[in-house]
Amino acid sequence: MAHEHKLEIFRGLLKFKSNTQKIWGVLVFLTIVTAVEVGLGISKPRFLTHNYFIGMKLLNWIFIILTLVKAYYIAWDFMHLRDEKSSLRRAIVWTPIFLICYLIFILLFEADYIYNVFKDGFLAWNF
Amino acid sequence: MDTTVTTGTEDSVWGGGNRPLNASYGKMMMWFFIVSDALTFSGFLVSYGFSRFKFIETWPIADEVFTHVPFFHGNYPMYYVAFMTFILIMSSVTMVLAVDAGHKMMQKKVILYMFLTVIGGAIFVGSQAWEWATFIKGDYGAVETKGGRILQFVDAETGERAALADFAKTLPEERVEHMKNQGVWFQGEGYKTSFSLNEVVEGFKATPNILIRTETINEEGEKTVLNRQESLSKLSQAMQVVEGANLIHNEYGSRLFADFFFFITGFHGFHVFSGVVINIIIFFNVILGTYERRGHYEMVEKVGLYWHFVDLVWVFVFTFFYLV
Repeated sequence: MAHEHKLEIFRGLLKFKSNTQKIWGVLVFLTIVTAVEVGLGISKPRFLTHNYFIGMKLLNWIFIILTLVKAYYIAWDFMHLRDEKSSLRRAIVWTPIFLICYLIFILLFEADYIYNVFKDGFLAWNF
Repeated sequence: MDTTVTTGTEDSVWGGGNRPLNASYGKMMMWFFIVSDALTFSGFLVSYGFSRFKFIETWPIADEVFTHVPFFHGNYPMYYVAFMTFILIMSSVTMVLAVDAGHKMMQKKVILYMFLTVIGGAIFVGSQAWEWATFIKGDYGAVETKGGRILQFVDAETGERAALADFAKTLPEERVEHMKNQGVWFQGEGYKTSFSLNEVVEGFKATPNILIRTETINEEGEKTVLNRQESLSKLSQAMQVVEGANLIHNEYGSRLFADFFFFITGFHGFHVFSGVVINIIIFFNVILGTYERRGHYEMVEKVGLYWHFVDLVWVFVFTFFYLV
């Protein structure tokens, strides 16, 4: 069991004195991120919902990026991936990331194709 | 973890007894399970994305669906889900604190933190049950067309949603009930709505300031509201009244939305539930001093990993179901 904890987050920008302190620090950070998400979700600023980047609203990009940030801190600090050997960490993290990216790519493209078939094809469904 | 019998084979890599990647067997297996479970969940979430992209122009808008907070009336989009997220993150925190106290062999503290974790998990499962009940019960009611599309009602002046009870007429109708002795084939009635289709249609015709809102999302990212003329002609296609949501009918819009809601949050809720049960077992083991005698609290760490994973999944469910 790895008893030593790495106590730095944000690439060493913030260094905590003890593991307990780090846990509370991460909680504060996660709460702020969630609050930002909910705030944006309720206010829906116009320039974020009307500008697109690679076919997706900027707002949704922000949500997804913030989610990945939260996931990173949960996995790294709560699940102690930060303290594990890098080989174990890579095996755990990159395997699903690779498979999930592939799945997202293939299913969303297929869905978009079906959307176009429904839209332009000789098929009525919205009646 | 150090339960393996030392036989003096530590020097040879393949002789057993050593720990590859510096993680014990149990922890490693927990990670294997988590990775495979993560793939299961991403399969669900991506298939949700698939259905959503397929019907991108008519998909329900989540913050119009989940607008309730217990004990409060009114329109509060997402506040309750945000609260649930916070509860789950908080119980994750008490879990890490329990693991941390376990490393330091402080039994009393582990007991306290495990207890708080269990409470947090129970609050979350309870909230989810409440969310389900509210979703199933429904809000305003709607009608379904022949093509299975949902038509909702709005007040023309305020633009706010109108409930069926606001305008539906009560007609002296009698429902013909199907009796067991009258049919070769008998099925229980099951789904009953508070108004018949005829009552809703008549009420709609008699109330000029009610309009129909279709599923189609317009340029502004809002649902399209028809004018009175279009509304009346659209209503003639209505086949039945829908109140609330189940696997077949869904007053909030696409029925696939309800199906995925039940399936994904249900599967996640089941994970939380089993997490709570496992946490309770470990909690009692800690009280009984099992890990004190064993000399280490690695078991707490292992269930901790599972518990954090449940939290991790929720972060994604929250984003893809409620925010995006």
